[in-house]
Amino acid sequence: MSTASSFGASHALVRRTVAGEPLRWTSELRDLRAHAGLLYELVHRDLTVRYKRSVLGFLWTMLHPLLLMLIFTVVFATMFRERAPHYETYFLSAYVAWNFFAQTTVNAMASVAWNGPLMKRVRVPQSIFTLSIAISGLVNVGLSLLVLFAIMLVVGAPLHATLWFLPISLLLVGLFTFGTALALTAASIFFGDVREMVQAGMPALLYLTPIIYPISIIPDRFRWLIKLNPLVYIVEIVRDPIYYGILPTPETLGVSIVISLGAVCIGWMIFRHMAPRFHAHL
Amino acid sequence: MNAADNAIELENVSVRYRAAKIHSFKAALVSGFAAHRKSEFRYGLRDVTLAIPHGEAVGIIGPNGAGKSTLLRVAAGIIPPSLGTALSRGTVAPVMELGTGFEAELSGRENIFFNGALLGCSRAYMRARADDIIAFSGIAASIDAPLRTYSTGMVARLAFAVATAIEADTILLDEILAVGDASFRRQCQARIERFVTNGATVVVVSHELDVVASLCSRVIWVEEARVVADGPAADVIARYRARTASGL
Ligand SMILES: Nc1ncnc2c1ncn2[C@@H]1O[C@H](COP(=O)(O)OP(=O)(O)O)[C@@H](O)[C@H]1O
Ligand SMILES: [Mg+2]
Repeated sequence: MSTASSFGASHALVRRTVAGEPLRWTSELRDLRAHAGLLYELVHRDLTVRYKRSVLGFLWTMLHPLLLMLIFTVVFATMFRERAPHYETYFLSAYVAWNFFAQTTVNAMASVAWNGPLMKRVRVPQSIFTLSIAISGLVNVGLSLLVLFAIMLVVGAPLHATLWFLPISLLLVGLFTFGTALALTAASIFFGDVREMVQAGMPALLYLTPIIYPISIIPDRFRWLIKLNPLVYIVEIVRDPIYYGILPTPETLGVSIVISLGAVCIGWMIFRHMAPRFHAHL
Repeated sequence: MNAADNAIELENVSVRYRAAKIHSFKAALVSGFAAHRKSEFRYGLRDVTLAIPHGEAVGIIGPNGAGKSTLLRVAAGIIPPSLGTALSRGTVAPVMELGTGFEAELSGRENIFFNGALLGCSRAYMRARADDIIAFSGIAASIDAPLRTYSTGMVARLAFAVATAIEADTILLDEILAVGDASFRRQCQARIERFVTNGATVVVVSHELDVVASLCSRVIWVEEARVVADGPAADVIARYRARTASGL
């Protein structure tokens, strides 16, 4: 509908919905592109509501990670002095990625509940609400990274040349998160308790991922166990270029690519399977 | 008549829901989906086949819970049919009951753009029509106030103004004439008439039979998820009136 038609114009646009036919990703992509304006409005709405159009709103979002950083720095900086000098950078560089993942998945589920009435009133690509939450989350990551760089300058942590790799890292983190969010939003439309369960599980997941502590404190024989958690790679790929000043190892990069694309594929498959029955639960 | 002349085609469309819904993951884990799968269906629409040609003004009448909104939703592609096929040709602007996708925290003006985007229209396209929308909706004084401060009638005015300003090929109106006052209703009627003369397709769900009779040439009577009657407005409305009167 993006092409403004006038009365009696060509009725070339034909939309056919057949029972039992799942969404096709090609048509969903085309539909999303046709609704680029809506995507912009949704992201804009999300950011203005979050930041309440003020600097104060922005500081408020940053306050939580910064407080955590302060607490963890006070508690752990001396303990991990050898393994992780500049602990504040060590922590924040991974926490930014973690926070994006945690916030996006939880917010996407809240957004579907929030936008349920909307989805019953207009025909829009169903995944657009999840996508918009992921995009506004990425904007948030960008702002958080600026704050992190400022902190690094203040405390004298080196800003490495490897920062050029960061957009690639964020793309992979974004894909992984979007795929996970797609599956979780679909499940949360059907089951009201999924959101609570995910929200309750997030803190545990935070401690299971080497964000606060270096992975090297885990004894060698248990490390494979920790590495079953895909988030290990997802935070590592962001931390490497910021904190260590290295490009991710082929292992980290390869695994990240596989799990990001895997998450998008599996997330989409779950979403498309459940989408035709969303309306009954909204 | 050529099939390509139809704005909307429903072919054996049913929309159905399971009577027993599973609302929690824990319940699904504990008791499984067996009860859900065995439960009977509730129908929102049941085996409905109809075609609405381009440029026709059609009224849909029927008691509450009959399936009128469901019919509009399927026609607009908002919900897929559980059985059968739904098809629309050309752009469709649905105006469903009470506030078609508005955001309470945004101002009326911002909502024009937000609502436009929901209907697939760009900012530039909406900007060119914003003055007309504000003038028609008659709420210029409060257009920059947050939408949560609006009355239901004001929201309906804005929704109607946006949906009719974007010049869609087909416009679907679900009980939105009921909320406005008399003068707004007259304005709406005039605009719908202009739409029809210009060759747009209009489908109106309304309980106001006189309004339906004056606007529409054809009326579809829906009850208990089925089409009871479909024909010339005067005939169907007369039958509906007789039925409702005898049922009292
Ligand atoms: N999500 C849903 N789950 C179960 N039943 C539903 C759902 N949505 C609608 N229905 C049923 O479908 C029927 C038709 O509803 P609707 O089209 O809204 O009626 P109306 O003619 O008043 O607009 C109603 O009986 C309603 O209970
Ligand atoms: Mg209704």
